Amino acid sequence: MEGVIQQFYLKSSILKTSLHIQSFCSFRFNKIILNGETVVAKEKGLSFSEFSKTVYKESGIAYPKFFKMDNLSKLTFLTAEVLLKNCALPSEEKEKMALVLSNRSASLDTDRKHQLSIQSKENFYPSPAVFVYTLPNIGMGEISIRHQIKGENAFFVFKEFNAKFLMQYSEALIHNKKASHVLCGWVDIEEDAYRSFMYLVSKRGTYIHSEAIINKEYQNI
Amino acid sequence: METLRQELKENIIEQLNLEDFTVDDIADDDRLFGDGLGLDSIDALELIVMLDKNYGIKLTDPKEGKEIFVSIAVLAEYIATHRTK
Amino acid sequence: MKRGVAITGMGIISAIGTNVEENMTALLFSKTGIGEISNITTRHQKDIKVGEVANTNSQIAKSLQLPENTIFSRSALLGSLAAKQALENAQIERISEYRTGLVSSTTVGGMDLTEKHYKTFQSNPETLKYLKSHPAGDSTQKIAEQLGITEFVTTISTACSSAANAIMLGARLIKAGKLDRVIVGGTDCLSKFTINGFKTLMILSNENCTPFDANRKGLNLGEAAAYLVLESEAVIKKANKKVLGYVSGYANANDAFHQTASSAEGEGAFLAMQKALKVANLQPEEIDYINAHGTATLNNDLSESVAIKRIFGDAVPDFSSTKALTGHTLAAAGAIEAVYSIVSLQEQCVFPNVNFKQPIPELNIPPAVKFQKKKVRHVMSNSFGFGGNCSSLIFSSE
Repeated sequence: MEGVIQQFYLKSSILKTSLHIQSFCSFRFNKIILNGETVVAKEKGLSFSEFSKTVYKESGIAYPKFFKMDNLSKLTFLTAEVLLKNCALPSEEKEKMALVLSNRSASLDTDRKHQLSIQSKENFYPSPAVFVYTLPNIGMGEISIRHQIKGENAFFVFKEFNAKFLMQYSEALIHNKKASHVLCGWVDIEEDAYRSFMYLVSKRGTYIHSEAIINKEYQNI
Repeated sequence: METLRQELKENIIEQLNLEDFTVDDIADDDRLFGDGLGLDSIDALELIVMLDKNYGIKLTDPKEGKEIFVSIAVLAEYIATHRTK
Repeated sequence: MKRGVAITGMGIISAIGTNVEENMTALLFSKTGIGEISNITTRHQKDIKVGEVANTNSQIAKSLQLPENTIFSRSALLGSLAAKQALENAQIERISEYRTGLVSSTTVGGMDLTEKHYKTFQSNPETLKYLKSHPAGDSTQKIAEQLGITEFVTTISTACSSAANAIMLGARLIKAGKLDRVIVGGTDCLSKFTINGFKTLMILSNENCTPFDANRKGLNLGEAAAYLVLESEAVIKKANKKVLGYVSGYANANDAFHQTASSAEGEGAFLAMQKALKVANLQPEEIDYINAHGTATLNNDLSESVAIKRIFGDAVPDFSSTKALTGHTLAAAGAIEAVYSIVSLQEQCVFPNVNFKQPIPELNIPPAVKFQKKKVRHVMSNSFGFGGNCSSLIFSSE
């Protein structure tokens, strides 16, 4: 399927005025990379829960709701936190921002936990707090609440990271004046194997908004 | 009753992932929702599950929860009278 | 006038019928599909009501002429059936004739098979083959194979607004000239996973649900699939195709309030409706009917009513929720309600909001309670999902 999508885009690449990327941020292997620079590096042995808790504590954010989130939302939340702090947008810009995220495992990590809570006949207590997170877009909801982002939200499920798709989707949003900024990327987690990559597309910025650059930065961790 | 209150505080912190709180931070009369511990509607549902699981109390209407989940003191009182396990 | 994107075909299977005609008849006579659950064994059997599709998996597989031993989740089966109907309705014979895509939404995916075989995955590796159907994308891929679509295939999963977002993406792909034809819609089957999940949220009613009623007790889950065929102006002209209606407006916005609860002001819903009107270049008074999200939960119906009031003021058009007949079909809801919106345009009628008795006291805006014939040119369809994901679509007759 992926090969076909790639081809499809090659056939129809029409580019208008070029857009830019303000910042990139990735989380993987207990490291955080911001605009090519490693800003946090923790022991490889830490689980995602331990790693995310440490990052939360060290960042000095006071947002107790963080601890209630599932791991996919925690990953989404922290990546957006580091990225948006670096971009420092005024709140009226944030309100109009669009979110376009993607991954391959949807909410599988939390689905499993919910399934575990309903599979035992003797101990049948499905958790409402776990069930709420069995949708991949809940993480987008969490960052929308945190940053008061009210623009368009879309979550796509792909076999693998698809820079071209994300690129064209953000371009369409900005060119059709649906948004002035698009928070874009990939957030995927299955147990302790996690990987996030987010970037902010905007009319101005340090990097050119191109497939090659997005792919290069995605591979950077 | 004191033991039950203590147990409730521990359970609530654990079940609702209130990582920033310790048992000593929660007074018996603190409001659990709104300004107090800042719990929300999903937390109320988790508390309903906890009542069932730990004390054999089944609530079927979330509105009942509102009257019970006022504070640790009120909750402990309710559990002491209605518990089946 | 700025035209929207043409709809040339539709297909549907829901608790009130296995094709468009059956659904239409059920709507015209307010025939409900809500009843006791029969295809799934659950301890909640007596305390929930659902909108279940009567056909069993093997019946659907047979009608699709699937070879024996093929593994299709129920979402993939329902989706394949509805999508095939849509293609047939649009009289499409050769997919490869134009650049054709599929945008399908689901939230349940292959959960029905996973939960059935979960306990044996470790002890009996033979059952592991069912796990391949688990991902959301599997149902989309299966439907694409059934239709022979290879050009562009993707899945959207944004909770209960999923199908509305699939329709929005399809319309955009055509407007941007990237595709000539897109099959858009969604599919979700009932599963223990969703039944138990919604049960713990205490928003399932043990009776037939009563959207927008003052004494509403919660929702009934349902299962369904529906797809629309969207085609570009050029294809319509060249093939001289019959157009059923147009997707003229669409928008999505985030409520930015809570993971599951809607805000008291209905901010996300308000923004979605406002932006959809803007895209369609319409004034609020031009909307003749709103097919509301109307899940019959305390929270949604109040919040949605507030948002509707904010947009339409004292001139709220006829509105109703058809979920009282079909149940809430999650990622299929936006698609089946799109079909109903087009039926409203075709039949020039408004569907009643069944089971309604008393208006919500805070607002006092009652929904339409009687089936009525009237001039219908523009229909708004709302779909709001967990995560604050709110979408509004507008369908127009020309």
